[in-house]
Amino acid sequence: MMSDADHPRLREGVTIGWSRIVLPLVTLALGVVAWDLLVRVKDIPPFILPGPGLVAATVVSDWPVLLDSLLVTLATTFYGLALALAGGVGLAILFNQSRLIEHSLYPYAVILQVTPVVAVAPLLLIYLPQQAAVLACAWIAAFFPILANTTLGLNSVDRNLKDLFEIYGASRIKVLLRLKLPAALPYMLGGLKIAGGLSLVGAVVAEIAAGSAGAGSGLAYRIAESAYRLNIARMFAALILLSLTGIAIFFALSVISHLLLRRWHESALAGEP
Amino acid sequence: MTEIASEHTAVHQTAATPPIVTLHGVAKRFASGTLALDQLDLAIRHGEFVSLLGPSGCGKSTALRLIAGLAEPTRGSISWGGTPLPRSPHPTLPRTRGRVGWGLRGRVGRGGRNKPEVGFVFQEPTLMPWATVFRNVMLPLELEGIEHRLATKRATEALERVGLASFRDSYPRELSGGMKMRVSIARALVTDPPLLLMDEPFAALDEITRFKLNNDLLELWREVGHTVIFVTHSVFESVYLSNRIIVMTQRPGRVFTELGVDAPYPRDESFRTSAEYARHCRIASQALSRAMASAS
Repeated sequence: MMSDADHPRLREGVTIGWSRIVLPLVTLALGVVAWDLLVRVKDIPPFILPGPGLVAATVVSDWPVLLDSLLVTLATTFYGLALALAGGVGLAILFNQSRLIEHSLYPYAVILQVTPVVAVAPLLLIYLPQQAAVLACAWIAAFFPILANTTLGLNSVDRNLKDLFEIYGASRIKVLLRLKLPAALPYMLGGLKIAGGLSLVGAVVAEIAAGSAGAGSGLAYRIAESAYRLNIARMFAALILLSLTGIAIFFALSVISHLLLRRWHESALAGEP
Repeated sequence: MTEIASEHTAVHQTAATPPIVTLHGVAKRFASGTLALDQLDLAIRHGEFVSLLGPSGCGKSTALRLIAGLAEPTRGSISWGGTPLPRSPHPTLPRTRGRVGWGLRGRVGRGGRNKPEVGFVFQEPTLMPWATVFRNVMLPLELEGIEHRLATKRATEALERVGLASFRDSYPRELSGGMKMRVSIARALVTDPPLLLMDEPFAALDEITRFKLNNDLLELWREVGHTVIFVTHSVFESVYLSNRIIVMTQRPGRVFTELGVDAPYPRDESFRTSAEYARHCRIASQALSRAMASAS
């Protein structure tokens, strides 16, 4: 009876090629060396292009200031993402349960998405306290991918499984909790990965808009402020921290996604994203 | 074994056995305008293993969906055989149907009064990929709100019956096609339904696996004693499994003719190679060809 007891594909996805880690690092090292050489050979003054050594030194020397700003930006991004997750999934469930609500609200969700957040930010800063406005921008930028993907996932349930639930007389809430939400989870996590980066973009855009109003203290505000002071090295330092933040967010969300899906979803079989 | 088999044969061949489900002049027209079934009359008796045999697109799956209550007939009606026969339950399975199954099903089911619980096996295994084998088999019991300890016991037994007890914590994607189908069958049987509906369940499997599952299915049927309606487009499969074959015409599907397969159970590989089996297959084949010709 167990003759067909093979375990296909269990061994896959275990080995991640060394080339996927080493090669990008080699590229990075080459880039930094080239940058350094360029600055030295051409003797470029630091207020136009600081060398990598000076930027690194600035990260260290300005660390207290930069860390404070980093934490502010991180908090905004995180809260924006959390609210976007709640709002996006909540709205997707609502849309899935009621056509009426979906048809009434979906176009406005799209409009919110296609209107550039950088254009909305100044307006929000007038009507909302600054912290709320920054948060709102992060939310606006992040929530649509979650809404769109979760909606797609909720509508992509296997028809036979739906029939099966009907045969056993499952209530709407059970169909939602036991069937639709688990089926939508991979889609939702895909949306979340996109949203993580966008939430950071939204936060940065709002900080820069707010910074010109004179009050922010996030990393983006540091960049704007350093630009006024021609402190190019600090601009680079803040930019690198922002970039690292984006990478860290993406990596963290990928790990979460992998942990949630690794046992059952095809996407988790191909190894780390 | 032999007693059970002869008892089955006796039961099936008596026309007096009350039907579990009867279709009266059932027609089904889809929203697209396609007439899938027309004037379908069908009576399935308790304990029978009936195959619906017909070409693809003859509406046999539609008939199964109507019986399952997943769709409503456009015309005609489906009636359930009054008081259900007291059939001998699986010796180790406590019967909860009287308490939970019948009541719930009678209320929720769209198929009308007295509709008993049905088990449904789809053409694909239709398992939840995010749940373990065990959780998949538990699903019907959980949806019916059966107490957890009892449900665990019954799901374990259902898995044992299909020989997959040691795979309870595996995920569907870790199983082969044949094993997934076994899980699907275990799930359909876990509520101990009097009627099992199977929609070309083995069509996508290789022949070796299909033969093996055919044998296992017959064994389960003789052991559990439920009624089976088995949709297939394979003459050979229908003859091997069933004691009655309903040959259907092409769209719109109607009953073209009915064939009895009086070979006794248990049937095994020696039956598959017997002259009697070949004779039944020839008769069924000819009936199917005439059915297909009659429509055009």
